[in-house]
Amino acid sequence: MQDSVVVSVRNLETSFFTKMGPVRAVNDVSYDIHRGETLGIVGESGCGKSVTSFSLMRLIEHPGRITGGQVLLQGRDLLQLPEARMEDVRGGEMAMIFQEPMTALNPVLTIGHQIDEQVLRHKKVTPKEARERSIEMLSLVGIPSPEERYHNYPHQLSGGMRQRAMIAMALSCDPVFLIADEPTTALDVTIQAQILELIQNLQQKFRMSVQFITHDLGVISEISDRVLVMYGGQMCETADTVELFNNPRHPYTAALIASRPKFGSRPHRLTTIEGSVPAPHELPPGCPFYNRCPRRLDECRVQRPPVSTIKPGHQVACFNPL
Amino acid sequence: MLTYILRRVLQTLVVIALLSYVVFTLMALMPGDPVEMMIASNPKITAEDIVRLREFYGLDQPAWKRYANWVGTISQGDLGYSRTYRVPVMELMGPRLLNTLILSVCALSFSLLVGITLGVLSALKPGGRLDSFFSVFSFAGISIPSFWLGIMLIIVFSVKLGWFPAGGTQTIGMEGASWYREFFDRGWYLVLPVMSLSIQQIGTFMRYARSAMMEVLRLDFIRTAKAKGLSRGRVLWKHAFRNALIPLITIAALSLSNVFSGAILTETVFSYQGVGKLVYDSIIANDFNVAMVSFIISVSMVLMMNLVADILYGFADPRISYS
Ligand SMILES: Nc1ncnc2c1ncn2[C@@H]1O[C@H](COP(=O)(O)OP(=O)(O)O)[C@@H](O)[C@H]1O
Ligand SMILES: [Mg+2]
Repeated sequence: MQDSVVVSVRNLETSFFTKMGPVRAVNDVSYDIHRGETLGIVGESGCGKSVTSFSLMRLIEHPGRITGGQVLLQGRDLLQLPEARMEDVRGGEMAMIFQEPMTALNPVLTIGHQIDEQVLRHKKVTPKEARERSIEMLSLVGIPSPEERYHNYPHQLSGGMRQRAMIAMALSCDPVFLIADEPTTALDVTIQAQILELIQNLQQKFRMSVQFITHDLGVISEISDRVLVMYGGQMCETADTVELFNNPRHPYTAALIASRPKFGSRPHRLTTIEGSVPAPHELPPGCPFYNRCPRRLDECRVQRPPVSTIKPGHQVACFNPL
Repeated sequence: MLTYILRRVLQTLVVIALLSYVVFTLMALMPGDPVEMMIASNPKITAEDIVRLREFYGLDQPAWKRYANWVGTISQGDLGYSRTYRVPVMELMGPRLLNTLILSVCALSFSLLVGITLGVLSALKPGGRLDSFFSVFSFAGISIPSFWLGIMLIIVFSVKLGWFPAGGTQTIGMEGASWYREFFDRGWYLVLPVMSLSIQQIGTFMRYARSAMMEVLRLDFIRTAKAKGLSRGRVLWKHAFRNALIPLITIAALSLSNVFSGAILTETVFSYQGVGKLVYDSIIANDFNVAMVSFIISVSMVLMMNLVADILYGFADPRISYS
């Protein structure tokens, strides 16, 4: 049904060497994304979703460092590339859109200039051709009167339009892999739905692989083929979307689904899971979810549960799964 | 945009006019007038002479009337006559003003170039070795009094090493030499004064540039720029620096008047033929016309630089509109 693996993350480990000691923000995370597939990564704020994405782009800043693992993009390990080759990959084969459309664009350069710049960086085109490409992209993402918008500065666009412009920019050099880090969190609900639909349409059109990050299970269920649930920098569970929602095995996944606001009720986020995420530097040696887990065993405290395959395509890291 | 500039220029002119009146009145209140000085220097003067002199200089009229007369002559392009130097003010101040302007502009450009470059470099690795070194340097630069620095520069580079002249504006007898010989000669005389005038500014610009750059480097669009695959240099200079420049424009524009007033001291230390010493002398000697003109020039400069800063700001930051 699915074709080849495009992205393969193997035992990724990223740490921040802070004054309070090293913090392992991403700890032994592995997953694959196939061509045309969307992997949703879900988890509470601070669980390492963004750090995972930035690690893939190799945009981790001091005091952070990728301390282990592999990131294979079409078979090539990005972590081994020299920086100059990595620059070719960023914005070329692999692109990223960010959470805050208000601040993710440079306020003193026009939208057109910012897209042109990326096109000129990755494609062998003249400035005129780059401009045509930019306008084409702006109209592709549904921005009305793209020739005018091309000359606008970011502050002249609404939040939704800016996020569309960001998407236009990210897709301008035909990436095979797109990372979307909570691209709709900052937008209001109707705009959010439009942007989700846009990303889905474009993904099908270009058969891109997408890594879609959110803390909103509703969004995940709409957009992703597979889901990876993260907690405290580690993976808890991964499965096909339908399987995960119908048959969650990790207590954390189950709690997340149970705490999901029901249709029509006022949205409130994860209020029914007792306790809070432990700070990364005070994670217990065993399972990170130990202190909040209703099904914990003694061994969970001292030993980290390994990731095991329960069914083909369904993996869980738990000693006492549901 | 054009109406905005016109409106601001008009405002500025009104402010200058008002201020000039205030200063004129204040100077009229100052004890002593030129005639009293003449009395003091000429024991044979008679009471009729004094009345005649007062009438001749218009000193018997009330201050507002003298002010009106003064404005009348100024607006005809006649800046008046210097009583102490016995030449028209224009002739006296023109070349001096030019010299001061050359010194100020050189010092400002030099300190902007060096200060901003060092500030940006320190912002790249805050707390790093380079940053620590530069911050000591900028702190020292801000704290050292410029006249002391000037004297030190003369002792080291002129007296001990003999690399640069200790003072003056150009070599005597250079007039008539080919233009580039004269140009280099004047440049040679400028080095030490420019240095002494710049050090403090460099420290200031460095600190502003460093904090502006650090601020910008934290912003989200920097990460977007990196995610586009742009090189480090391009992210830094095109995306970060372009934004950090916005607050620096105001600071740079307002510094010109700082430098200009600092030049008065520097000119004295280096016996540089600028307007600085002249202004001081003319106030002491009650040389009305010279003092008023130099005052108008320095006030206009501050106000004009404010205006220039605002206009540049509008060009640098598209979020600001002047409509
Ligand atoms: N610059 C940093 N310095 C220290 N720790 C960091 C830094 N950035 C992220 N972290 C750590 O990584 C963890 C995961 O952050 P992040 O990936 O941004 O979470 P999210 O899942 O909300 O995107 C945070 O809890 C934090 O402890
Ligand atoms: Mg995040």
